[in-house]
Amino acid sequence: MKLFGRKTSEGELLAGGENAIANKEVEGLSQGQIVRRRFFRHRAAVIALVTLTSIIVFVLSALDTKMGPIRIPGWWKWGVEDIPELRFEDCPGGTTGCPTLSINPNSHFGFGTHPFGQDDIGRDYFALVMNGARRSLMIMFVIGIVSGFIGVVVGSISGFYGKKIDSVLMRLVDFLQTVPTIIIAAVIGKAAGKVGPLYLALFLGILGWTGLARLVRAQFLSLREMEFVDAARVAGASNLRIAFKHILPNAVGQIIVSITLIMAGAILTETALSYLGFGVVPPDVSLGLLISQYESAFTTRPWLFWWPGFFIISIALCVNFIGDGLRDAFDPRQRRRITKKDRLQAKLQVKAGE
Amino acid sequence: MLNYILRRIGVSVMILLGSSFLVYNLAAYASDPLAELRLSTDDGAKQRIIALTRDLQLDVPPPIRYFLWLKGVLGVFVGHMNLGNTRDASTVQAELAYAIPTTLRLVFVATFTALLVGMALGVISALRQYSRFDYGMTFLAFLLYSLPIFWVAVLLKQFMAIQFNNFLAAPHIPIKWMVLMSIFTGIFWSSLFGGERKRFWSVFAGAFATNLVILWAINATNWYTNPGLGPILIGILSFGVAIGMTALSTGLDNKPARNAALSMAGIGLVIYYPLQWLFNHSGSFVLILVLLSITIGLGYASSFVFSKIDRGPIARTAILTGVITGLLILIDRVMQSWVEYSSTDAVNYRPVPTFGQRNDQLESTDFWINNLDTITHLVLPTLALILISLAGWIRYSRGSLLEVLNQDYIRTARAKGLNERTVITRHAFRNMMLPLSSLFVGEVVGLIGGAVITERVFGWQGMGTLGIKAINGYDLNLLMGVNLLLSILVVMGNLISDLVYSALDPRIRLGK
Repeated sequence: MKLFGRKTSEGELLAGGENAIANKEVEGLSQGQIVRRRFFRHRAAVIALVTLTSIIVFVLSALDTKMGPIRIPGWWKWGVEDIPELRFEDCPGGTTGCPTLSINPNSHFGFGTHPFGQDDIGRDYFALVMNGARRSLMIMFVIGIVSGFIGVVVGSISGFYGKKIDSVLMRLVDFLQTVPTIIIAAVIGKAAGKVGPLYLALFLGILGWTGLARLVRAQFLSLREMEFVDAARVAGASNLRIAFKHILPNAVGQIIVSITLIMAGAILTETALSYLGFGVVPPDVSLGLLISQYESAFTTRPWLFWWPGFFIISIALCVNFIGDGLRDAFDPRQRRRITKKDRLQAKLQVKAGE
Repeated sequence: MLNYILRRIGVSVMILLGSSFLVYNLAAYASDPLAELRLSTDDGAKQRIIALTRDLQLDVPPPIRYFLWLKGVLGVFVGHMNLGNTRDASTVQAELAYAIPTTLRLVFVATFTALLVGMALGVISALRQYSRFDYGMTFLAFLLYSLPIFWVAVLLKQFMAIQFNNFLAAPHIPIKWMVLMSIFTGIFWSSLFGGERKRFWSVFAGAFATNLVILWAINATNWYTNPGLGPILIGILSFGVAIGMTALSTGLDNKPARNAALSMAGIGLVIYYPLQWLFNHSGSFVLILVLLSITIGLGYASSFVFSKIDRGPIARTAILTGVITGLLILIDRVMQSWVEYSSTDAVNYRPVPTFGQRNDQLESTDFWINNLDTITHLVLPTLALILISLAGWIRYSRGSLLEVLNQDYIRTARAKGLNERTVITRHAFRNMMLPLSSLFVGEVVGLIGGAVITERVFGWQGMGTLGIKAINGYDLNLLMGVNLLLSILVVMGNLISDLVYSALDPRIRLGK
């Protein structure tokens, strides 16, 4: 399979002209196939997808995973609870627990015992960051799923039925949008922080669906007037079938893009709340909490500050790029980028025409 | 129309009532303001519990207490609003009155700077779609989207304040850095101008050389410790602005506009020394406002001097040039206070502060020095907010302009032979602004959310700090004050953006 672009012989192009290229792209392909092709042509999005997948696998496999009685061991030697001895040797300026990660190939290249360093009491920072990233990823996906589900359901009902139901649901959306998210999340976070990050995520998900609901509603409003909906109705399809089998697939592109944006925003919201002390609270670990705890240590032990930030940015950046790739892939108006080669071929065609 | 507005306001009030009821009860049931005191074995604790219960009416159940609170809020219609007391027995109004201007100052400056810069970058990026510059901007926007603001703020504190202050102690840029910075600037400008290989390299060479010369001059004249523009630089810059403004707004062929803009720049240069005298004797905001209105008046008058017809665009060009020239002179005047400011005991040669909104130890009555103090304190938090909101504006304006450029009326405009400048500035740019106008309010509200965190990192006493204090101290009345203000802002913002949109776009009829 060719992931990065198509190769077509020059003769084929000359014979068919530009329309042929456009038609050939969609000839006999399902929507899924078209979208997949377009997505894999978006180089940045593919790189982001690969990076994000590797980050997730890396983060999840590093530490022990406990699921009820089952315990899957991780490949990293320290856990969050282990308190190894603090390292003093070759640390700059009398600091303790400096990172052993070395990427200088001339000297000792490798991870070392504590690649990201150690915290105040000697806990391995790599394990802490991995655990934090795990929490933040979990919260991100939970928020995405919960907001996505509520947003799609409310938006579809509102757009499909219209009238009374629509205006009631849309007032509910207005209502939720008026409540400043950061304040209400902080109030609940402060109270719910004790019950754990999963509840925080569920709660943030319950708050975050309003934008998506508006979007889905708008899509439904315009799609339900289409002829294929009339056709389905004449054929005797039920309301549910029309809504979920006929209309929703046409809106799925925008929904997926919107959910990726919600997820990218979610990881930032979670870290910001944890930073303020209203999100994940100790003894749990999240990336925002790590940054908040070691903010003042930045001048002396900057590694405590860099690594959580690095993971937040990489995750959010990857999700954003994947969203961008999906947007382009689902957009039917999207035109192929005209490359130098295309221009040259167009010129050749003009000449051949003369 | 009036009917529509009234109906919208009615619905908004209902929504505000509902949401404040919800938040009030959630917050009241989720937190216990007396929890800490109950656990305390101190003798005073009992007294304090009784006092707080009386002051905050804690014996009334929350759903009913909400209506007592509401009665105080609705007092605004009969002239005496009462938002209740905080736990420290000061009134919520007093706390808010102090916090609102602080936050507004922060958000206001950041919004407008981000809007201007982001729109410029987005427009150029759209005009050069799929170029190196465009890809660079897309990447930059995504990177900025993904940055946690508290992380950026801490980095800014370290590198823009602490290390920059260290640098100022012995300001000297090594040659290696000068060359590197110049290469970077060269790449930026040449990819911005685009074009074929030859043009790319000539722009690169020009920008590289200019930047190198500027950096060298800065080094040689010790400009960091003694900055200023001086009449010569102001002259060069303002004539450049005059030419640039004319090229953008009317095209350089428009002789009257060009002359009007150039004469505004000339007037600015002529009155440079008289203005210095005026500034030294009576610096105040009133003076600046008076000068601003004189500048606008002069610009308008110059359109009458240079042309008999089509005066609008000429006046616009002249006024814009005049205002920017005036701004340059003002910046120059503020810079002149730099030496005096940084040598005061309070500042002690570390002019970029990391904390607070003003330097309390600064004992100066001089208008310029006090303003310089405000500006130096504003720089870092504003920069953090700008970085965060810049991404949105780059993406929105790029997307919006690309959408507009695909429209038929742009093709028509090109087909009837209008030059590219007219097509872009008159036909495309104006229509591009339409969707942006409705996004503006949402962005500002979002930025206030960002300000909550920025305020905490930089130790500003604004709305965000107040909100955090309220939540941490279980201070319900204070929390409701902040919440009410933010909700009103959102509701008003939505209404205004709908109205603005319908005023700008004749295709949209509200209330139908």
